[in-house]
Amino acid sequence: MAEITMREAISQALWEEMERDERVFIMGEEVGLWGGTYAVTRGFYDHFGGERVRDTPIAEGVIVGAANGAAMAGLRPVAELMTINFAFLAMDQIVNGSAKIRAMFGGQFAVPIVIRAVGGGGRQLGATHSQTPDAVFAHFPGLKVIAPATPYDAKGLLKAAIRTEDPVMFIEHATMYQTKGEVPEGDYVEPIGISKVQREGTDVTIVTYSKGLQLSLLAADLLAAEGIEAQIIDLRSLRPLDLEPAIESLKRTNRVVIVEEGWRSYGVGAEVASRLYEEAFDYFDTPAKRVAQVEVPLPYNRELEQLALPQVEDIVKAVKEVL
Amino acid sequence: MAEADVALKALDEKEMLRLYHEMVLIRRLEEESSRLYQQGKIGGFLHLYIGQEAVASGLLSIRRPEDRIITAYRDHGVAIASGIEVKYVVAELLGKATGTAKGKGGSMHLADVDLNFWGGYAIVGAHLPLAAGMALADKYRGDSGVTICMFGDGATNIGYFHEALNLSMVWDLPVLWVCENNQYGMGTSVERASAVEEIRQKAEGYQMPNSRVNGMDVLEVRNAAEETLGYVRENGTPYFLEVLTYRYQGHSIGDPERYRESDEVDQWRKDDPIGFFRAHLVDSGVFSSDELTKEEELVDQEIEEAVEFAESSPNPPPEALFEDIYAEE
Repeated sequence: MAEITMREAISQALWEEMERDERVFIMGEEVGLWGGTYAVTRGFYDHFGGERVRDTPIAEGVIVGAANGAAMAGLRPVAELMTINFAFLAMDQIVNGSAKIRAMFGGQFAVPIVIRAVGGGGRQLGATHSQTPDAVFAHFPGLKVIAPATPYDAKGLLKAAIRTEDPVMFIEHATMYQTKGEVPEGDYVEPIGISKVQREGTDVTIVTYSKGLQLSLLAADLLAAEGIEAQIIDLRSLRPLDLEPAIESLKRTNRVVIVEEGWRSYGVGAEVASRLYEEAFDYFDTPAKRVAQVEVPLPYNRELEQLALPQVEDIVKAVKEVL
Repeated sequence: MAEADVALKALDEKEMLRLYHEMVLIRRLEEESSRLYQQGKIGGFLHLYIGQEAVASGLLSIRRPEDRIITAYRDHGVAIASGIEVKYVVAELLGKATGTAKGKGGSMHLADVDLNFWGGYAIVGAHLPLAAGMALADKYRGDSGVTICMFGDGATNIGYFHEALNLSMVWDLPVLWVCENNQYGMGTSVERASAVEEIRQKAEGYQMPNSRVNGMDVLEVRNAAEETLGYVRENGTPYFLEVLTYRYQGHSIGDPERYRESDEVDQWRKDDPIGFFRAHLVDSGVFSSDELTKEEELVDQEIEEAVEFAESSPNPPPEALFEDIYAEE
């Protein structure tokens, strides 16, 4: 299998889906002539043309809103939000539109929209351009929320997102576009809402997703050197949330650490921990630990920013605390 | 008279009677809704269309089946003028399983995909971007339909309005933007909320052709719709139509109406769209007063049957709670 980057995997998924299905088109800020601010759609405009790779005004409300409308009317829009922080300007369309239109009209309308949004901190972009608000979107029934951690999953899950009749928030991490991984040639689709074991281990269960997987794998290497084997579960999708593999793992390890980049309060870790307690409390030997972002607006200064973001050492420390 | 002219006149009379019937039907539906609300059978908000009947009826009387319709939460009249049978509207108001949204939408969210009526939306301005997207889909596929997007004067002060109008011009989208200017956004009058009182001027900011029409005369609205829909259809680009109208009732049931004098309402009532049209039909000798009274009785019968249908319809079963949330689990 070829090793490609996350950027290439996402780009391939978009390209192949646009080749496969005329209804698929891209709209967003700088997706066309510019080639995408993260270069994901470079070359698309020349190949597919301006009708299918549509540069929009900087107006997130109408980007998501018009994509919702186009989706209802039978197209398959992929609306790109330059950063997930701008999704707040489109929050009403996402929450009151994409998520609710099917239910609110008794199932008459489908909204097969994909909203690609780039999130995450660590690039010194300051407080308003560095957030990881994934849990916010996962709060709303009616949406599906996907946040892949590997090129393989990014490609397979983005294809699934484009093909499903349901609205999908597809969250990419800004620091992971150069991450490499094995991706098979040609078409494949990964199922939405299925977690995946990314590392085998018997001593502790780490539940994570997106950037957290990268950090957790590094932490697991350090722990392995000390004879501690971590099993790592990658959620891949926050809604629907599949905790079966985590519960299976917990039954053997009896210990859980949850790693996310977003803030701790009301976050993914809180949700995962309480569900595990509800469904598998008897298997815990020690309380679950959460590794998450320090609860401050993310500062610009590099050292301060890294201090606020979860680090590999934080995961190692948390694992040792639950052992 | 040539044979063709006779046929045309006959068709016109038939259409005029249909228009009269429809406007009376909307009025009676709203009066009945108000009663059902007072009886506690309708929950939530109830925004009545009384006074504005000529807008929906005139506007939609010449739309083609391929033209999409989308509107805000004051949507009962638009639903009827889109062709939804009144019994399914009443059933939805009562939250019944036989309602347009199987009881999940209520008053503000009527819709019928088969009639190309894409719904009433309860967030002010939020459906304008949807309309732009629907028009984009038609343009993308080379379909000939026009998207008719109706909204109130209050919606023209929100960002969505400007984002959607701008995009529709930048992308040449076939949308007929229709502002139903009923003078108030909830309780705040146009002059207290909008920097320009002649709302159509806002379209000038986007170099969008525009005009204004009296919304209390159904034939005037119909003529304006014919002209402006024709413009959008021919050019494939947007047009902005401001329709001056007035709602007699409060913003919603329970509105104390402290923001306007009752003689203002009385003044507008003199121009009542139904009374005006009735007088026009009788004075011009198209129909006698008795013929129209008979038509009104037919409407009463229709409303009675609709209420009966809705009241005897089942509530959605508990298992419906989890239906229609996702297409695929």
